[in-house]
Amino acid sequence: MSATDGSSGNGAQHVGRRLRRKEDPPFLTGRGAYVDDIEPSGCLHAAFVRSPEAHARVVSIDTSAALERDGVEAVLTAADLQIEAPLPCAWVPPGVEVKSPEHWPLAKDVVKHVGDPVAIVVGRDRYAVVDAAEDVVVEYDPLPVVVDPEEALCDDILVHESLGTNKVHEWSLGGGDIEAGLAEADVVVERQVVNHRTAGAPIETRGVLADYRGGSLTLHTSTQVPNFVRLFVAIDLGLSEEKIRVIAPDVGGGFGSKLQVYGEEVALSAASRKLNRPVKWIETRSENLQVSHHGRDQIATVRMGLKRDGTITAFHANIIADFGAYLMLLTPVIPSLGAFVMSGCYKIPNVRTDITGVFTNKMATDAIRGAGRPEATHMIEVCLEQAAAMLGIDPVEIRRRNFIPKEDFPATVATGMTYDSGDYHRTLDRLLEHVDLEAFRAEQAALRERGVYRGVGLSTYTEICGLAPSRATGPAGVGLQTGLWESALVRVQLTGGVTVYSGTSPHGQGHDTGFAQIVADRLGIDPEHVTVIHGDTATGPQGLGTYGSRSLSVGGEAVARATAKVADKARKIVAHALEASPEDIEVRDGKFMVRGVPDKGMTLAEVAGAAYIPGDALPPGMDPGLEDTSFYDPENFVFPFGAHACVVEVDVETGKIEIVRYVAVDDCGRAINPTLIEGQVHGGITHAIGQALFERVHYDESGQLVTGTFVDYALPSAAELPSFETDRTETPSPVNSLGVKGVGEAGTIAASAAIVNAVIDALRPLGVSYINMPLTPMRVWEAINQPQVEEAHA
Amino acid sequence: MTEPVRVSLTVNGTRQTASVEPRMLLVHHLRDVLGLTGTHVGCDTSTCGACTVLVDGESVKSCTVLAVQCEGAQVTTIEGMGDEQELHPLQEAFWEHHGLQCGYCTPGMIMAAADLLQRNPDPSEAEVREGLAGNLCRCTGYHNIVKAVMAAAQAGDGGRIPEPAPPEGADETAQTFAHGGLGA
Repeated sequence: MSATDGSSGNGAQHVGRRLRRKEDPPFLTGRGAYVDDIEPSGCLHAAFVRSPEAHARVVSIDTSAALERDGVEAVLTAADLQIEAPLPCAWVPPGVEVKSPEHWPLAKDVVKHVGDPVAIVVGRDRYAVVDAAEDVVVEYDPLPVVVDPEEALCDDILVHESLGTNKVHEWSLGGGDIEAGLAEADVVVERQVVNHRTAGAPIETRGVLADYRGGSLTLHTSTQVPNFVRLFVAIDLGLSEEKIRVIAPDVGGGFGSKLQVYGEEVALSAASRKLNRPVKWIETRSENLQVSHHGRDQIATVRMGLKRDGTITAFHANIIADFGAYLMLLTPVIPSLGAFVMSGCYKIPNVRTDITGVFTNKMATDAIRGAGRPEATHMIEVCLEQAAAMLGIDPVEIRRRNFIPKEDFPATVATGMTYDSGDYHRTLDRLLEHVDLEAFRAEQAALRERGVYRGVGLSTYTEICGLAPSRATGPAGVGLQTGLWESALVRVQLTGGVTVYSGTSPHGQGHDTGFAQIVADRLGIDPEHVTVIHGDTATGPQGLGTYGSRSLSVGGEAVARATAKVADKARKIVAHALEASPEDIEVRDGKFMVRGVPDKGMTLAEVAGAAYIPGDALPPGMDPGLEDTSFYDPENFVFPFGAHACVVEVDVETGKIEIVRYVAVDDCGRAINPTLIEGQVHGGITHAIGQALFERVHYDESGQLVTGTFVDYALPSAAELPSFETDRTETPSPVNSLGVKGVGEAGTIAASAAIVNAVIDALRPLGVSYINMPLTPMRVWEAINQPQVEEAHA
Repeated sequence: MTEPVRVSLTVNGTRQTASVEPRMLLVHHLRDVLGLTGTHVGCDTSTCGACTVLVDGESVKSCTVLAVQCEGAQVTTIEGMGDEQELHPLQEAFWEHHGLQCGYCTPGMIMAAADLLQRNPDPSEAEVREGLAGNLCRCTGYHNIVKAVMAAAQAGDGGRIPEPAPPEGADETAQTFAHGGLGA
């Protein structure tokens, strides 16, 4: 399937096309340049000495044996690095107290989780420093450990003694009156929804290469946010920002785990400054699973009240969010992102989310693909499907009765958000064109006769993305201590090609191609002649990176706006040269043409010639050059939406689940490149399948990580998955001129509920009404063999 | 620490001799000594397959073997499959079908697919999925990778392993001493 409706706009030649990616040839031929592929001469390698204890006082560190090894240049501890400020947490919500401990790149006296680093070994090759790290003798005095977040809230064992409590904060968002809404309900579905801890697990682990010389630092790092890294490395090292150049070269996936300012980035920079040599560190996979931030880890008690006809009267989520041992860049704000869309795509008058953050002796959590929104969708959608079963209403019908109708858009919901655009019935209709539910029910019944248990699960969702807008997210709004606008510089070269500098920082999404399509249409050139530069703080204007499905709706719009300014100037030059009015100049057939005059026009190269070699062709008084910059800060978020269905078969003897079909209909506004959208949807769904069925970061009660390798932390492979069926509708966003929304996280936000609902649908005849993820064979088998008692209150 | 030993491999048709620490993994030999950085490292446990290369025509996770174990072997890496002027049918199919996003797993995925198509030139979808189960991708959900491999199989020649004839006297002796600590 690859259907769509709605045009992709404005007689566009390139926008809307399935252009294959411009960035691919180097990757296909082994010529990508990831951090570990870059090695300046004289480069030293680093290995970290990390705590094997979850909580302990560091009594002593003996580096002598390590220093005696051949090839070892230095062993550095916190005292050696001259770091002036702790690592950042960028969320300071107005009116809410957030307890935030100091977090240093190398632990000073006490380690708080397994993997907390205490020293760096620097030497001449990567094997030698790993050997030497083993020789660093650290004496630890173990302290009591708290791993369970509910236990941590009792404050019997403190993660940070100085704070006097493990409770980080309490934060609420909602509208209406929850208790009144629940009192009005005929039934209340209440359950505990655990959204367990997961890892981002990009296939390229993190890597840092710091090169300090002549008072300036060049930092190659595998990051999604080079500008944030530059700012905080500057603060932490006491350097001025312009002395630092941060480059995100080719980045092998991020999924939120590289939306961070990591201690290793600061520590390597400090080490390079101290040693006057380039220093490189490449994270091992074991380190990646241990100390790249984790995601999710929420225990939610949710209550959904409904009338007998299926109308939702109230939805309440009371969330305990396990933040691990420290607050990193965005740690405490992640559950809040879910709270913004806690009413999903439904008209719910009374909605509230109460969040309690808690410290435990584990790695910090932070943004992982979806960041708060997968949790919200999961809570809503599993409750709604359960309500449908209890009320004897078809799962499709109960959704239709509660959808915000399209005529309500822009729709302000109880959480205070204004959803930009939506047509939820249409995506669901389209889904049902692909999934014949009636036929499935007949097949399901026939199969059950033979002891084969199949189920279908739905998930209809909306999410909030395009992060931005600064006024809502910044200090006066949600409380992030940053703006979230984006920027672009569009430069026409003398020969008629275009260089675009974007402040976004892709790691697989395909910005080079999508942005080129946007520019090409507006300047009448082929996308082949557009080169997109990103991920380097030394080129182009200041930007803010790639996360929160923002690159197109914020960064792409900045590109479109800068291009429009360039096109305006070009029109003036053409109008002058051809003796026409600028309003009559249009881009047609690859040229700037005079409207209504078939063969009177100039190519972009001719316009550039006039702009860069000023003469008669340049209007009098006009400055030379043909480039412009736009900073764009949208007025609102964007709200993609869609309808997903999953069909599973459960082996009731073993508890094993097979995904038989997965069908996704998504609406992310206008499509710039449908192929890229589908790729994002496939990956997003798979990320959620991983969480729903296989992946779990698991610590034992002593705080030891027991899923520290890819053998124990099970990413799905091709063999566990079906091919996906995807389709789209296009409901343009009114927020930006492109009409686009985001799609990088949508699949992940939608899918876990569809999978779990499908499994429950299959097992409902066996008395199973809910299973918390991951739905491992053991858990499913246990649920089948210990049927739950439904917890509805009439 | 053991003294360095000489190891001689034919990599992408060129004979390469170098002195390396006996414990050096093939993947580090390829990347750090021979400068072939297209082969990637993604895990510590031979799970992810990012380091997949062909040794004597068969796919091998190059983080699982020592360079010295490959003495005398023919090694093919992603750099030997095709270049931008003349892509290998698998490279072409991955491009055409959007079988890559961040590109990090791609070289290993292509090498594993070449091995699969060499053994089974006309695989079913299930066989492709099973055949690539040792290679992890976090971006694509495998959908377009599977499509690309099926397309390369359809187009024919997807399992071709290029064997460029080395020109006379093309042997190269890599100087390994950039990594001075290796013999320590």
